[in-house]
Amino acid sequence: MIVPYSHILLLSALLFVLGMLCAVTRRNLIMVLLGLEIMLNASAVAFVGAALRWQQIEGQAMVIFILAVAAAEVSIGLALIVFAYRRTGSLDPQSIKTLFATERT
Amino acid sequence: MTIYAFLFYIIAAIILASTVIAVTRRNLVHAAISLAVSFFGSAMLFYLLGAPLLAVLEVIVYVGAIMVLFLFVIMMIKSGTKGDSGPSRGHQLGAALLAITYVTAAVMLVRAVGAGGDAALEAAMANPAVFGQYLFQRHWLSIEIASFLLLIALVGVLHLGRDIRHRQTRAGEEDPS
Repeated sequence: MIVPYSHILLLSALLFVLGMLCAVTRRNLIMVLLGLEIMLNASAVAFVGAALRWQQIEGQAMVIFILAVAAAEVSIGLALIVFAYRRTGSLDPQSIKTLFATERT
Repeated sequence: MTIYAFLFYIIAAIILASTVIAVTRRNLVHAAISLAVSFFGSAMLFYLLGAPLLAVLEVIVYVGAIMVLFLFVIMMIKSGTKGDSGPSRGHQLGAALLAITYVTAAVMLVRAVGAGGDAALEAAMANPAVFGQYLFQRHWLSIEIASFLLLIALVGVLHLGRDIRHRQTRAGEEDPS
């Protein structure tokens, strides 16, 4: 006997909030991407718990797709970050926005 | 409290603590490494919840590929120790309000709906072979779409990288003239 499903849901909610705080407040593009990873992982935890709760393997299949999406997202995101860093020399989202705007004019 | 519940709470504490450390750290290398610890904890949790294949995949993909990629980029960019300037007051206040609202809503929802009963879950284990067969019988199209997504990501990353090099060589050619 493990814990009730609600405890797993609360754990994944707390993880999701932590990832959201990281993505919203940190002013560094790499930390924003890390926050997105934490949020995806939190949803995976909820899916695995649901798969155990309803004894359906469907939830675990969903986690495979979450993994694939996370891998694709992080590779594209990091390539974009490196691209922006080489063009502007900064990782701050706000300053990158203004630097790209000044470069265009 | 059974041994499984005890293990669950310990693993949950490890995951939450290392994620908090990862989110609050200024140093990007420290943040990435403590997040890798958090993903190891998630893998243990997946094993406890009866998903051994997903536990292995979590270690291989998240810890082995994604976090190493992060560390690679952090060291390539060389701003690892610099970190970032802290968020503004308005950002912090808004984020805190958002988080408190979200957590209270989640707790109230779980209390009200019960989320599938308060009974403790029975331990079960999904056999990896059965899981793999199920995946390729019922979700073969989704698997193909996911692999196509990864291919698109690969092409996109190659394009972004090529563009930078092309630009730099062109700039290098123009400099001496």
